[in-house]
Amino acid sequence: MRGLNTDVRVNESTVVLAIETSCDETAAAVVMGGTEVLSNVVSSQIDLHAAFGGVVPEIASRAHVELLNPIVARALAEANVDPSRVDAVAATYGPGLVGPLLVGVSAAKALAFAWDVPFIGVNHLEAHLYAGLLDDPTLPMPVVVLLVSGGHTMLIEMRGPGEYRLIGQTIDDAAGEAFDKVARFLGLGYPGGPAIDRLSREGDANAIDFPRAMLHDGFDFSFSGLKTSVMNHVRKNPSVATADVAASFQAAVVDVLVAKSRRAADHVGAQAMVLGGGVAANSLLRERFAAAGAADGRRALLPSREMCTDNAAMIGAAAWYRLRSDGAMPLDTGAFPNLRLTVVS
Amino acid sequence: MIVLGIETATPRVSVALADHEGVVALIEVDAGRRHAETLVPAIEFACRHADVTLPEIGVVAVDVGPGLFTGMRVGIATAKSLAQALEIPVVPLSSLEVLAHPLRHDERTIVSVVDARKGEIFYGFFRAAGDRVQALTEPRCGSVDELVSDLVGRQQATVCVGDGALRYREQIVDGYRCDIADAAFPSASALVAIADKEARVEKWVAADDVAALYLRKPDAEINWSTRESA
Ligand SMILES: [Zn+2]
Repeated sequence: MRGLNTDVRVNESTVVLAIETSCDETAAAVVMGGTEVLSNVVSSQIDLHAAFGGVVPEIASRAHVELLNPIVARALAEANVDPSRVDAVAATYGPGLVGPLLVGVSAAKALAFAWDVPFIGVNHLEAHLYAGLLDDPTLPMPVVVLLVSGGHTMLIEMRGPGEYRLIGQTIDDAAGEAFDKVARFLGLGYPGGPAIDRLSREGDANAIDFPRAMLHDGFDFSFSGLKTSVMNHVRKNPSVATADVAASFQAAVVDVLVAKSRRAADHVGAQAMVLGGGVAANSLLRERFAAAGAADGRRALLPSREMCTDNAAMIGAAAWYRLRSDGAMPLDTGAFPNLRLTVVS
Repeated sequence: MIVLGIETATPRVSVALADHEGVVALIEVDAGRRHAETLVPAIEFACRHADVTLPEIGVVAVDVGPGLFTGMRVGIATAKSLAQALEIPVVPLSSLEVLAHPLRHDERTIVSVVDARKGEIFYGFFRAAGDRVQALTEPRCGSVDELVSDLVGRQQATVCVGDGALRYREQIVDGYRCDIADAAFPSASALVAIADKEARVEKWVAADDVAALYLRKPDAEINWSTRESA
């Protein structure tokens, strides 16, 4: 049975159907040769979770079961790929919410088994690193990737496919989590990132001098103290303009993210800096990240919003490299909610 | 035509294959929380040893609950994707009917009782009707006390079956004198037997139309601590 052995040809025409269900996005994509995105379908559940101010795992799991199969069908149709052309089926198997992950892994294994092709479980964090390569496969290595989202804040050195080194990470809240918590505190609703981004344009980023934690200190991040400072400032100054608070908070986060990315890139002699994760959609971060690259004479790659946020195309890209290096994964593979990025140092 | 049955709504994973003559393969694994790891390999094993190739499978039957949400979803996601890939329909069945099915020749009233955790049970009343059971009530989620008052109200000779009946045996029997059957979990062998009858009259649905029977609203509790996704 082809699906159970690891003897698979992997080349530029190898077609991967990929599934991503680690949080609140139901996504499927068809990717050829690890770089050519033939389709990339994402259905966000944001509306289902907005009322709760965050992702409710049980609601997300229920929605994935309902949405996934039509989205897989649409990904195949938009790619104009017949199922008989699919060479492997991949799904995110961690990290993420266990209920949502299990839906994607179960569906992908069933499809792989039925079509008699390999199954590949993909590390979601690793997949984010490939989003930059999808935008530019000729990206010169090594690169420093700033991965910022609701769940993670990491600086990673990528030397090539499968070769990563963790340079720094948050010691408390993720950057996106800080955006969500501050937005909730300011009554701006969920998701917090876009709300703060929007309101900040009407505010003065220099109005309040919020702390830049650990700015000159190593490559790790901390955002918990900043969040507390915002709350204290607003409680002490109830008449402060919310737009000024939002803009000053955002500037504090972005300052630290950009300064450390830049320093990390110098440290490893990176040829380029790449932005990834949901917070990469923040307009100030994009602007400042690009400006830092220009100032240092280093490429700063800002993948499109579709590639920065959770999507299945990046899963398909990562799966292609994983299939080429390690072959198929067994059909008794489960979900790993706390899966870490395997790093080479 | 071969029917593939998938049963994962309880701590047990059960897979069966049947043709019109009856069950040709049955695998039951007490999987704990490892439904996703166990299910597809069990299907592969059943097919291989019963000498069934995937194109011979004409319909997938799946237990859509009520039961353990995470387990149910593994079974439903697998059934839907198999049906999508093999281009075949699905027969969705209630765990309560599957649980009652082996008692279909019993003259007593049959009550399927599934442990819903959090001090609650999923339950439904059935009676024998030919070679199937017929539902007398809609499936419910409630307390054991509610079940007992239903039993007292009906005053019928009754047999309760399921892990909920076994867990709350004393409380049920103290409240209303009835019998408790030995079986704890629905079996895929009952699932395929019922599904075969449904399939003969084309009582099936497309994969996209298979819906889980939760009977309980999600805990709208934001659990940021389990949010790991980037
Ligand atoms: Zn992500």
